[in-house]
Amino acid sequence: MTLTEKILARAAKRASVNPGENVWVDVDILLTHDVCGPPTIGIFKKQFGQDAKVWDKDKVVIIPDHYIFTADKYANRNIDILRDFAKEQDLPHYYDVGTDRYKGVCHAAMPEEGFTRPGQVLFGTDSHTCTAGAFGQFATGIGNTDAAFILGTGKLWVKVPPTMKFIFEGEIPPYIMAKDLILQIIGDIGVDGATYRAMEFAGDGVMNMDMEGRMTLTNMVIEGGGKNGVIEPDQTTLDYVNARTTAPFEPLFNDPDAVYHSVRVYDSAKLEPMVAKPHSPDNKATVREVQKTALDRAYIGSCTGGKLSDFVAAAQIINGNELRIPTYIVPATTLIKEQLKTETIDGRTLWDIFEQAGCHMGEASCAACLGGPSDTFGRLNGAEVCISTTNRNFPGRMGSKQSAVYLASPYTVAASAVQGTIADPRDYLPVTV
Amino acid sequence: MNDVIKGKVFVLGDDIDTDQIIPAEHLVYSLEKEDEKRYYGRYSLSGVPDDQSGLPQGGIPFTPQDKFESEFTVIVAGKNFGCGSSREHAPFSLQVAGAKAVIASSYARIFYRNAVDGGFVIPYESFDDIRAEFSTYDEVEISKELNTVTNLTTGKTFPLRSLGDVADIIEAGGIFEYARKSGMIS
Repeated sequence: MTLTEKILARAAKRASVNPGENVWVDVDILLTHDVCGPPTIGIFKKQFGQDAKVWDKDKVVIIPDHYIFTADKYANRNIDILRDFAKEQDLPHYYDVGTDRYKGVCHAAMPEEGFTRPGQVLFGTDSHTCTAGAFGQFATGIGNTDAAFILGTGKLWVKVPPTMKFIFEGEIPPYIMAKDLILQIIGDIGVDGATYRAMEFAGDGVMNMDMEGRMTLTNMVIEGGGKNGVIEPDQTTLDYVNARTTAPFEPLFNDPDAVYHSVRVYDSAKLEPMVAKPHSPDNKATVREVQKTALDRAYIGSCTGGKLSDFVAAAQIINGNELRIPTYIVPATTLIKEQLKTETIDGRTLWDIFEQAGCHMGEASCAACLGGPSDTFGRLNGAEVCISTTNRNFPGRMGSKQSAVYLASPYTVAASAVQGTIADPRDYLPVTV
Repeated sequence: MNDVIKGKVFVLGDDIDTDQIIPAEHLVYSLEKEDEKRYYGRYSLSGVPDDQSGLPQGGIPFTPQDKFESEFTVIVAGKNFGCGSSREHAPFSLQVAGAKAVIASSYARIFYRNAVDGGFVIPYESFDDIRAEFSTYDEVEISKELNTVTNLTTGKTFPLRSLGDVADIIEAGGIFEYARKSGMIS
């Protein structure tokens, strides 16, 4: 069996499972947030009763992150619903807005808090829940009804997905980031190329990445239609997880005779900096093909592109340069925001580098990645063209239907902010590569 | 359940993502309170670019700007309908607007599952891309018994894929109703 099949078999208390089978699995963690949490709670109470208790309060994680810094009265009311529910149910893993516990984007906060445990099953009411697959966890997005069912029972049915394997052989060139790999893959297979399937990433190009790079790969499997993304756990994984939780977990690995739906092998040395052009994540082009395209804005943030390593990369290019277009910086979590103020390049903090270059500095949250209420930080409210480290560029994704979004790596977005048009990082990286 | 779904058809393109079905800025409304929930009907499919809304002519809103319900009962679309976010508000908004069924050549996984488990709209799959055989405002009829859709305006009938494993959940009205019927929960 593949890693994904083995996790589902164990969670279903079965010796083995086959792709295509429907199985009922026990859930290790259920994640929800401020957009889907309130309707999930509503369904839970309607179906199980006003006084019903969740199946296991230690397995429920609620991280408000979507619409936090807004005057929208409905959005703020939704946070109140989460707060009341957490209090009523005495939930230990609620991260309230306006307190020291507030985290920011759930998919970046989950690993920080030790909830991404190898071999376990995680469901979340957000399509980018698949990010946690970087840790060798089975992790996928679900709707409110399924989440309410889990809240009451701790179980859910899943169809076992066949696994597509993507192998990157050899050292990744220094101007290439994980985002370039996943944009290449999605461009190759299309936005429905992995529908109903698992996407596994392997090869020394992947295994030499740190956890943040691996998370960028698994984060975007949903943009290929994938059910889950997964990477076999190794020492890097175990070191990361064990430093953040004492909860027990048992990693699983691919069997030597595992059967794959398909295997694609990439030569890492031949990879190019990539973009996804408007209005689809599979609308691929190399940066060279679209360089000098006019831009109105650059945006660095989100679960996929607002991690510490993303900002380190961007700062390497922005450091000492003037920016020609408005550039927005949104750390994914409050911890990453703190790290921006302590991590240095040439003796200057990342925060200072961005601020002195004139960047607009935001608070940790999903912010403009998905548009949001009209007062959302960085939202595209008109016909702007933006280059962004986020994960989706469907029509209107970052706000106005008239806007257009190019997706790219933090290197490429930073180089483009300096040049004012789409730019190749090879022309801006401080060291010769 | 009724054996037939009959009404006007609304035609869309490929890869209609959940931001087009219900733009994120509207996800703040309650799905339970009647005075808020109706906004999901008003803004259903409001994120579709104007020239792609109501094909082949385009420029047709699914729900008119001053209304909370749509006059369209069936949606015909291309591949990968409902891709993108996991928001259950998407199939919910189609139901609130008054849609009963979607016919697409394929679906994104989470949308399909949400439509079924929440009992919002029936997600039928066509064997081929049949969009060219339908114009927005045509009268259509889906036979649940025969798994067919007929364009009553042109008189042509097309086969639909059997609902397969999920037919029992759809018949029950959603995953909770199904789990109660099968004794899984009380």
